Amino acid sequence: MKTYEQINDRISSGKAVVLTADEIIDYVDKKGIDAAAEEVDVVTTATFGPMCSSGCVLNFGHSKPKIRMSEAWVEDVLVYTGVAAVDVYLGATQTRHGDPANMYYPGEFRYGGGHVIEDLVAGKTLQLFALSYGTDCYPLREMRTYFTIDDLNQAIMVNPRNCYQNYNVAINDSAKTIYTYMGCLEPNRKNANYCSAGQLSPLLNDPYYETIGVGSRVWLAGAQGHVYAEGTQHAGGGPRSPDGLPMGGAGTLALTGDMKQMHPEFVRGVSFRGYGVSLGLGVGVPIPILNEQVLQRTCVRDCDIPAPVVDYSTDYPQNSGKVICHVTYAQLRTGQIEVEGKKVTVGSLSSYHKALEVANLLADEIRRGDFLLAKPIAPLPKDTVMKPMPAREKP
Amino acid sequence: MSQTATKKLMLFFPRWESEKPIIYHLVKDHNLVVNVYRARITPEEEGYLVLDVTGTEEDIQRGVDFMRTFDVTINDTTKGVSRDKERCTHCGHCVAHCPTGALTIGDAATREVVYAEEKCIECLACIRVCPYGACASAF
Repeated sequence: MKTYEQINDRISSGKAVVLTADEIIDYVDKKGIDAAAEEVDVVTTATFGPMCSSGCVLNFGHSKPKIRMSEAWVEDVLVYTGVAAVDVYLGATQTRHGDPANMYYPGEFRYGGGHVIEDLVAGKTLQLFALSYGTDCYPLREMRTYFTIDDLNQAIMVNPRNCYQNYNVAINDSAKTIYTYMGCLEPNRKNANYCSAGQLSPLLNDPYYETIGVGSRVWLAGAQGHVYAEGTQHAGGGPRSPDGLPMGGAGTLALTGDMKQMHPEFVRGVSFRGYGVSLGLGVGVPIPILNEQVLQRTCVRDCDIPAPVVDYSTDYPQNSGKVICHVTYAQLRTGQIEVEGKKVTVGSLSSYHKALEVANLLADEIRRGDFLLAKPIAPLPKDTVMKPMPAREKP
Repeated sequence: MSQTATKKLMLFFPRWESEKPIIYHLVKDHNLVVNVYRARITPEEEGYLVLDVTGTEEDIQRGVDFMRTFDVTINDTTKGVSRDKERCTHCGHCVAHCPTGALTIGDAATREVVYAEEKCIECLACIRVCPYGACASAF
């Protein structure tokens, strides 16, 4: 048994034993759970993939004369101005003004909110265009200026939903190619796409949210951020495997962090042909090895994690809830799965390669004593389920 | 008799050379087996041709010398499809769409995506599906 304080003391003195969720499996096999729990202080988990529910709050500072922006665009991408004068919220999936979207199907969606966020973090010069109706205290009606992230007072990433605990494997039952946020899906179940770091993914290593909660410090694209709330659509109460692993989406995290501290290689604009834009993001979450049980859960293997195979031509869009079958991440990683007797080629949208890089970078920071763990101030709910949107008549 | 070899070539045609029957002469006069990957040769416009030629080394050399008699730029190193290693995140979305296995997961442990240029037939599927814009066409 260890406490957060003891683990942080070991981190501060540069003596912490840190392994990635990838390495811990063999380590525990070799050492045994009791000895390993005694020795290991932290296991790092990570994921890198498209996380649509991401965005950032930017503060531009005040112009002379002042403006209360009522509409604004960064690089022609609309930002939300329904907050204070020079605060805006830039969303990752906002398309660029004038983008034909799917008018010429399938649209290319070359640039949008996610790409603006990438360019900001990369230090590029971007254009702000803002309009206002003008007030006595904020008389300026129009502003066009050029800025970099260094000119901003704040650039804070605020992501309502990241790090889905588990995710669907998308497949196409129809006779035509479909373009989805799960990538391009060829007809008649020719290919399938999945999107999870599996055994390396944060919430699969802590399936009952025993260490990851509101207030946990996380590695958000290189910045030290934290979990500020349960993520939207967090549904910890869904069905579980006998090992306690969720059979579908389940938990999510709402994350925030200072974009000025982020590394551009882990903040990447995404274009999904026929679907839209998004943001590819690298997230690392450290798990304090408080006891044997916490350690045991970090030893989760791809071969034990079930992923639901869902048809994205009808069942997903029509919200039927139907799952064709479950496969494991070990099967997915072979590049081929079998769905109802048919062999299906598998691709991925989540990068295990980049996730490993994140897990190792975070482990190094902890070993150096540069990253301390934060004890959650509130747990994530374990019993909630996701509610649908009812279509009601006006009461 | 020298060894049979295959050489991939990329030809750029200026506007005034786009009506010459070059492929015909490669086959008929120089005994070459021609496999065209991509071509855009429209009369009175600039054009390109990506092909590989198979034959004896002497025949290939004679064929290349013949092509050089035209005002055509021959590039035998640059490929028509390139991958920007910096932009690639190694997610592996392209792997399932690549018909020839030019893009594969190299090492099962690190899951890095590797690109074997020589296997690429320039179908351009990777360019259409890559979410990060890591693959690009020279044309």
